[in-house]
Amino acid sequence: MINNPKEALDLIEYEKVRRERKLNQKTVYVCVGTGCTAKGALKVYAEFERIIAEKNLAISLNKENDHEEDQDPVRKTGCCGRCSSGVLVTVLPWNYMYANVTVRDVEEIIDKTLLHGEPIERLMLTDPITGHKVERLEDADFYKHQNLYIMEDIGKCECDSIEDYMGRGGYSSLIKALSEQTAEGIIRTMKEAGLRGRGGGGFPTGVKWEATRKSPGEKKFVVCNGDEGDPGAFMNRTLLERDPHSVLEGMIIAAYAVGAGKGYAYLRAEYPIAVRMFNKAIEDARRLGFLGKNILGTDFSFDAEVKEGAGAFVCGEETALLASIEGKRGVPKPKPPFPAQSGLWGFPTLINNVETYANAPKILRDGIESYRSRGVEKTPGTKMFSVTGPLKLNGIIEVAFGTTLRQIIYDICGGLVAGKELKAIQIGGPSGACLSEEFLDLPLDYDTLKSVDAMVGSGGIVAMTTDNCMVEVARYFLDFTKRESCGKCAPCREGTYQAYKILEKFTQGKATYEDLENLEYLARIIKTASLCGLGKTAPNPILSTLKLFREEYVAHIEGKCPSGMCTAFKKYRINPELCKGCGLCARSCPQNAISGERGKPFMIDEEKCVKCGLCVEKCKFKAIELVH
Amino acid sequence: MPITRNFSKVEEILKKHAYDKKNLIKILLDVQKEYRHLPKDVINYLGVALDLPPAKIYGVGTFYAQFSLKPKGQYAISICDGTACHMQGSTSLLQAIEKEIGIKPGEVTPDLLFSLDQVGCLGACALAPAMVINEEVYGNLTPEEVTRILKNLKERKEA
Repeated sequence: MINNPKEALDLIEYEKVRRERKLNQKTVYVCVGTGCTAKGALKVYAEFERIIAEKNLAISLNKENDHEEDQDPVRKTGCCGRCSSGVLVTVLPWNYMYANVTVRDVEEIIDKTLLHGEPIERLMLTDPITGHKVERLEDADFYKHQNLYIMEDIGKCECDSIEDYMGRGGYSSLIKALSEQTAEGIIRTMKEAGLRGRGGGGFPTGVKWEATRKSPGEKKFVVCNGDEGDPGAFMNRTLLERDPHSVLEGMIIAAYAVGAGKGYAYLRAEYPIAVRMFNKAIEDARRLGFLGKNILGTDFSFDAEVKEGAGAFVCGEETALLASIEGKRGVPKPKPPFPAQSGLWGFPTLINNVETYANAPKILRDGIESYRSRGVEKTPGTKMFSVTGPLKLNGIIEVAFGTTLRQIIYDICGGLVAGKELKAIQIGGPSGACLSEEFLDLPLDYDTLKSVDAMVGSGGIVAMTTDNCMVEVARYFLDFTKRESCGKCAPCREGTYQAYKILEKFTQGKATYEDLENLEYLARIIKTASLCGLGKTAPNPILSTLKLFREEYVAHIEGKCPSGMCTAFKKYRINPELCKGCGLCARSCPQNAISGERGKPFMIDEEKCVKCGLCVEKCKFKAIELVH
Repeated sequence: MPITRNFSKVEEILKKHAYDKKNLIKILLDVQKEYRHLPKDVINYLGVALDLPPAKIYGVGTFYAQFSLKPKGQYAISICDGTACHMQGSTSLLQAIEKEIGIKPGEVTPDLLFSLDQVGCLGACALAPAMVINEEVYGNLTPEEVTRILKNLKERKEA
């Protein structure tokens, strides 16, 4: 337990030296992010441990280090972002990065690289554009075009160690804040830096902090919104799993700035690793005295607690989230009053996104200049995006605001995989829009996207190809929002259901021009009349596809799905010239839709057929074909 | 109905969360973990212990997707239907599961071995299409791969 700021700063200096030494000795860092773990990272890690123990290397490799626990040559690191190339392994001090590592490669890595510093070409990252192998992480185009700010030290930071975080300068901002700065000074810094909320709206963080500070209340709270419910987005998960202390430090600083005594981190129960990591971070911070009563001997006291969400998308809306923390149904309330005036149990409450909090200590540490040198005038700084779809590389990236979609899709992720053609970019999840190719050169920042009726949202980017039907995309999102609508207000509850029903008619080939008109009208009503953000943005997928891909809606009315994705427009037909009349298809059809006489060509009854395609698989003579 | 349940487990959970109604969601998450659903008699018990009408607890229990009033299987399968997974064929995975174990989303096999849910994003989009079975993430799936995984789990049970 540290009792004064001086002692804490000394500890940071000590940890910096310790970390520097660790980075200069022979160590492998295995990425244990969600992507790599699903591909067997923990097994790879265990294999490294096993072989190193077997060969008795643990002590001999780094014996000059007198800090016993720092001799261990195998360590876990948080997500490196390049999830499609997992399992990723970094070997220090050479900084070699290996991709797609399996248990079978471990012995070779130890024998060649770890012991003799010899790189293994076979395992190196391949640049998807040039096809060249790159030795080090910083040489890969995927990282070269990024702007790593809160994600810096990728591949060589230990996600579950507070000592490692302090070795990177962590908690120095908190110490400085408590010993040298006033709350007003910190708020001024946030304003001057131009930090904007990363949850989607882009509201100026400093203004929010100031409003909460000025609100009268005998108690105040800070809340971290980690309810990342957008399908297709996983930046917050990555951040929480790779660097939980940066978020926690941000929360403590925010609490000091607004005068709060208690904080809640609202995290999704679907992210068990993030919950575990954050709980450990809280425990470690408490142990060292960064949380609790009279932090670092000052008169500021603050404690934090994890509140798990239980799977409701609407809880990402701030008033619904607060209701959920109170242990109630997550139903939103009309605003005003804003949470800054009346939040948790009626007390002033500051609520910010995970990524916003992670930026705060970094700004205090590296200065306003460094922050403002990234991004654009109105929105400085960086943003994490999760990029997915049939791209050569996908995963988590961090880029400066103002980067274009073209740079993200082509320069960083290497473009689409062979044989696929880009049709649209979905950005912002169920509240966002589908943008067509002509928007590829649009700079990504809050104001520019707003001007084309799209939004940055939390930062999910999904690439869609000519195989994807835009009407089906809209139907998919409305299916999601109608399920997740809390049911409090009618425009959202009834509107999303009816809009979904109309879209379903389109994908089933039963829609008329009148449906098209009704859909557009209904979408505008939902947008105007709904109570909270969920309903207000729910029609965006409809409106954006209607604007940019209207011809696809029309094609569905005219009896065709241009992408061939909607099964209702598919037809199976038995080619009488190829059919031998064996009857295998008829026997395997779950709907009994195929009939005929043995030895003669069989027929499919279109009324009964559910287009499962089982008969195509079963037919030995390739006599059943799909016609669009 | 005679009281057949021993509530000592519930008491443990309540104690862990200080008998505080503010922690209702945490309590219910633990109950769900223990019993794989929210049993009716436990809801009533919690009502008395927390001084909350059981209807309120029922309201919370039905609002969130993590809770279920019907028991979940020993292997709780969650098929991700996030944007990336949906666009890359999560529906065909559902069909493969239905073919292998005969249940649709929201259902459980009669032997309580498997239950199936279709969920919003699991945050494993870089591995789409993905599924989770009892916290273990499986990625880049094909219908064949899913069938193989389920067959393995069945065999493990028999062994």
